[in-house]
Amino acid sequence: MSRIDVVMPQMGESIAEGTLSKWLKKVGDPVKRDEPIFEISTDKVDAEIPAPSAGVLAEILVQEGQTVPVQTVVARMETDASAAAVAPAGTPAAPAPAPAPAPASPAAKVPDLKPAASAAAPPSSPAPAPAPKVAAPAAAARAPATAPAPGDESLEDRLRRKSTPLVRKIAAEHNLDLTTIPGSGMAGRVTKNDILSYLESGAPAPALADGPSSRPTDRPTVPDLTVGPGVRVVPGPVVEPWEGDRVEPWSRIRKLTADHMVMSRRVSAHVQSLIEIDYGRIAALRAKRKADYAERGVSLTFLAFIASAVARNLRKHPVLNAAVMGESTLYRREINLGIAVAMEWGLIVPVIRRADELNLLGVARAINDLAERARTKKLSPDEVQKGTFTITNPGVFGTLVGLPVLNQPQSGILAVGAIGKRPAVVTAPDGSDSIGIRTQGMLALSFDHRIVDGADADRFLADLRGTLQEFPEDLV
Amino acid sequence: MPEVTYLEALRDGLAEEMARDERVFVLGEDVGAYGGAFKVTEGFQRRFGAERVIDTPIAETAIVGTAAGAAHMGFRPVCEMQFIDFISCAYSILTNYVATARYRAGLPTPMVVRGPAGGYVRGGPFHSQNPEAAFLHTPGLKIVAPATARDAKGLIKAAIRDDDPVLYFEHKYLYRRIKEELPEGEEILTPIGQARTAREGRDLSILTWSAMLWKSLEAAETLEREDGLSVEVIDLRTLLPLDDAAIVAAVKRTNRVLIVHEDTRTGGVAGEITARINELAFEWLDAPVKRICAHDVPLPYAPTLEDFVLPQVGDIVKGCRWLAAY
Repeated sequence: MSRIDVVMPQMGESIAEGTLSKWLKKVGDPVKRDEPIFEISTDKVDAEIPAPSAGVLAEILVQEGQTVPVQTVVARMETDASAAAVAPAGTPAAPAPAPAPAPASPAAKVPDLKPAASAAAPPSSPAPAPAPKVAAPAAAARAPATAPAPGDESLEDRLRRKSTPLVRKIAAEHNLDLTTIPGSGMAGRVTKNDILSYLESGAPAPALADGPSSRPTDRPTVPDLTVGPGVRVVPGPVVEPWEGDRVEPWSRIRKLTADHMVMSRRVSAHVQSLIEIDYGRIAALRAKRKADYAERGVSLTFLAFIASAVARNLRKHPVLNAAVMGESTLYRREINLGIAVAMEWGLIVPVIRRADELNLLGVARAINDLAERARTKKLSPDEVQKGTFTITNPGVFGTLVGLPVLNQPQSGILAVGAIGKRPAVVTAPDGSDSIGIRTQGMLALSFDHRIVDGADADRFLADLRGTLQEFPEDLV
Repeated sequence: MPEVTYLEALRDGLAEEMARDERVFVLGEDVGAYGGAFKVTEGFQRRFGAERVIDTPIAETAIVGTAAGAAHMGFRPVCEMQFIDFISCAYSILTNYVATARYRAGLPTPMVVRGPAGGYVRGGPFHSQNPEAAFLHTPGLKIVAPATARDAKGLIKAAIRDDDPVLYFEHKYLYRRIKEELPEGEEILTPIGQARTAREGRDLSILTWSAMLWKSLEAAETLEREDGLSVEVIDLRTLLPLDDAAIVAAVKRTNRVLIVHEDTRTGGVAGEITARINELAFEWLDAPVKRICAHDVPLPYAPTLEDFVLPQVGDIVKGCRWLAAY
């Protein structure tokens, strides 16, 4: 008899806790070494966690949905083979609650393949003979909870993942997700030539996930980036530390950010437009209502006004609430505003879903809430996904304005510059000009010129300025 | 440079070694007065005398046994099997005695057993065999199988000079069909254990030897012309010991490998090569290793059936296309 602990792994240097999103095995299931046994979500990462050793899952200590610090023991495994034979019989409780597989949840679009796919995992280990009878319904009962199980993929995806050792090796070396690479082999298999020409074309590393947990649907679409003739791909410099330097390996979030930024710079035609906003009216409204909002536990910030105005104007300018999909423009129906939040350990962009449907109070509350939970690492993975437009706020540090990189695959990102009192020309109703003290700030819009023309961007900014400078009082 | 056939190159190599080293002698059925069934040793008895070109009874075990004894005593005998099919009669003495002599008793056994192998000549089951797989499994033996005139000469000379027993399988279909200009006065020696790139290519590699080299080269030409495929062809030349480095290098170059041999499929040398690729270069494979071999039947006499059973250029082309598309 020997039992070993299964712990919540540390999925990146700065990540202190993880949410156990799903058990892939039940108590009593035989488990092969490195076979995924549970799924976790951290702030940005969903991953399947492999078994540390072969054996039988003996005890589950952390239930689905619980968030625990890293290194917390989440389960215990029986590694002794003879004890394994006893385990399933001793715990007959498992299969009872939901014997019907019921995989027909609307999310599961390809239910036909599921039985084969989910059955493939458990029985291949040298399980004791009596076990399968108990184990089979238990395995079938674990219907998809939140994240799609490995079985939730189309036949095409499965065949594509069927790749050769060489291709897998190259994919691992370059951290590529094979499902995103066009395959020309039999049944769409990705061949050596496919992956090499994909790499030569300078395509970005799309997946970055640690392996099988990567979820194609949530990933930005990767445009075809065939480098034209005469274009040379220049490798980055080789950097070596000098004496006394400190080398800090990237955390996962740093790597995600780095790769995303380089990819974004490469795939989009970034253009920036700047506009100056007179926040006099907003400042007045804010001063007037601040206390009321505070009473309701919400801090009424300039950013709340700006986010609310952006959400209302995006509906009129759909091309800025859009994405490039191959050679098409994808106009998003939902207006989901990403709000960039800087933390000591990196940058995260929580999303206000359907921001245009919220009033100012709702937007302000959402910003407060998301920022707070981002800093306390309480965001769920779906709260950082499906943004359609992003707002970043470098002005809090006094910066006049920043020129942001697009958050792929979105077509626009707005940077808010520092808001402060500045001398400005003020025209009185009688037409006379004077120098006055006004509350002003810059807004910078980065947009993807592939689908957004300068005039589109400028019209959007002009409308946005109009909304902010004449913000209706009854909306506050 | 005079043009010589595969058979003449073999004959010249043998004669050169006999002239160079008086310890070398040949023995076999009809090798003396008649000059051999295929005339490999034609004129030898006149030139080197009946003591060094010995006609034997029809008794393969006796031929190999005599040679082994002579080798122990310091000679370098070359045995001819009239058809290599009959080497199975000497299987016991080769595997039990000759192959183990150095290990068991410290007895050097520098000897060659050679003979015509292979089909495509309507020879039927007793005169068309390729026995390499039967000996591949025996530690202590070396096996060579030349495909070109140059190697027919270079390998017989290297085999004779080797201090251990070497099985030399020449292909009777190539005897008079393959011609090559070989330089006079230059000593041709093909190192045992070294493969040769017969044709360079980028898309996939064919590993083969003996008569299949020529069919593979023809297939490669067809594929280049009709499919635009660039096919590498490696002539292994030595089957024991296999040139692992060359095999792995080919896998790393093209990542797709077809093994072509004339012997039947099951238990054939291709299986051993495939296993080595799995062990040494699995992560370099972009497709499964594929084999083109003879069907698992005794070789039929009927021309249509022989053509069907033995690998043909069309089979190799088809195999390559499958591999390239994988």
